[in-house]
Amino acid sequence: MVVEKKFPIKGFKEGLLIKVGEGNWKDVQTNLLDQIDERIDFFKGAEIALDLGERIMRAAEMGVLRDKMSDRGVNLFAVISKSNVTDSVAESLGLSTHQTVMKENDSAVRNALADGEAAVLVRKTLRSGVSIKYPGHVLIDGDVNPGAEILAGGSIFVWGKLRGKAHAGIDGSEKAVICALEVDSPQLRIANFSKEFQKNKAIFKKGKIVSQKIFLESGEMKILNWNSDNPLK
Amino acid sequence: MTARTLTITSGKGGVGKTTATANLAVAMASMGQKVTCIDSDIGLRNLDVVLGLENRIVYDLVDAIEGRCRLRQAMIRDKRFEELYLIPAAQTRDKNAVSPTDMIKLVNELRDEMDWVIVDSPAGIERGFRNAIAPADEVLVVTNPDVSAVRDADRIIGIIEAEQKGPAKLIINRVNPQMIQRGDMMDADDVLELLAIKLIGIVPEDEHVIASTNVGKPVALDEKSRAGQAFRNIAKRLMGNEVPFMDLSHKDDIFLRLSKVFRSGGE
Repeated sequence: MVVEKKFPIKGFKEGLLIKVGEGNWKDVQTNLLDQIDERIDFFKGAEIALDLGERIMRAAEMGVLRDKMSDRGVNLFAVISKSNVTDSVAESLGLSTHQTVMKENDSAVRNALADGEAAVLVRKTLRSGVSIKYPGHVLIDGDVNPGAEILAGGSIFVWGKLRGKAHAGIDGSEKAVICALEVDSPQLRIANFSKEFQKNKAIFKKGKIVSQKIFLESGEMKILNWNSDNPLK
Repeated sequence: MTARTLTITSGKGGVGKTTATANLAVAMASMGQKVTCIDSDIGLRNLDVVLGLENRIVYDLVDAIEGRCRLRQAMIRDKRFEELYLIPAAQTRDKNAVSPTDMIKLVNELRDEMDWVIVDSPAGIERGFRNAIAPADEVLVVTNPDVSAVRDADRIIGIIEAEQKGPAKLIINRVNPQMIQRGDMMDADDVLELLAIKLIGIVPEDEHVIASTNVGKPVALDEKSRAGQAFRNIAKRLMGNEVPFMDLSHKDDIFLRLSKVFRSGGE
């Protein structure tokens, strides 16, 4: 059988859950590592749980995978499995198994997937040095300070000032958008496109603040100002 | 009576942590408080110079921690006051000579005899900073009204919150009212809007500060220095008194002064 090229990824509280399907383990491992390499800036530093389904794995195989992921700066910390054999193998390697890993958050993500799209809501201002990485949409109820960054597989919505860097559609999705009540960021990116903004000369003079949506159209990053006659669509 | 321990930090270097430490210590001591200040910038010490005590150093913080002397032997008494002491940093070692636990133990030894322990933190976010905040009951963040100092302050406030030592309080140092008027410098509101923590003091740019550092006579002792007055005000606020923020506008600018009167609802 043909092994899936790209495995589905879900974000949850402790990290990312990657579901690897059936098929020859060597091919699965190669595809998984390729997927990670292709978006290494997204995966670097990530905590990963693997959903192995019914697959039975040996300690040597699991150990090798963990090491190869660790070489890439990615930490395999848990395994979800329907097989008792695989569970004990995981436990012997010091990995968490499904009992410890999946909490209520997972059902919240599943429900969202049924009707809409997975998103994470962060209810605080992101200070300099904070980095949020998530494969779905990211909502911030607060500001994103200079020096903070957001890397999202989906769109980014900031109910506040967006002054840090933001990259939406990091997995290549060109429909992703970036919206904020006030945009004052040095650099915004959607999929493989980026836009740099010049610093305002009169930085400390307060002009009129306008909410904006940044999106991709015909290979160009565009900005739409909100006004009440023409709400952002 | 158990001492309150303050750590003065900033993230960015050169914004005025050591100046603030020295001046707050001196201001409090001149109001009768028992104060020990500790220079935790191992390897790059300068609190001793700012206080004018460098020629009296025999033992230092690392000597005390490593047991080569008793704690009291490392405490240099500033003869200008009843009870003001300095524990200097070691100049010839580095930050790895001291651990956060060492700092906590050392400050605990001081708690019964002092009203205040003030720790001067090094710049940065690594070991030296972590050593300095370990014993703190409260952290004061010093910044300058410029974008790069404020960005570093933001980072450090986040780390302080994450280490459960927050919320920190803010001192905005080296404020230049003419530059603010021209639009070349952030004002206090711009800084506070980003950092979103409680303001405990605004210190104006003051030529007297550098001169005073060179002779080891902190400006808080100088009645004519506006920076000195600002530090004395901060000391009073730390001691629980309500002190209005100084009017920093240019003396001739009556409109700016009037607008400040209407705006200053804050503490």
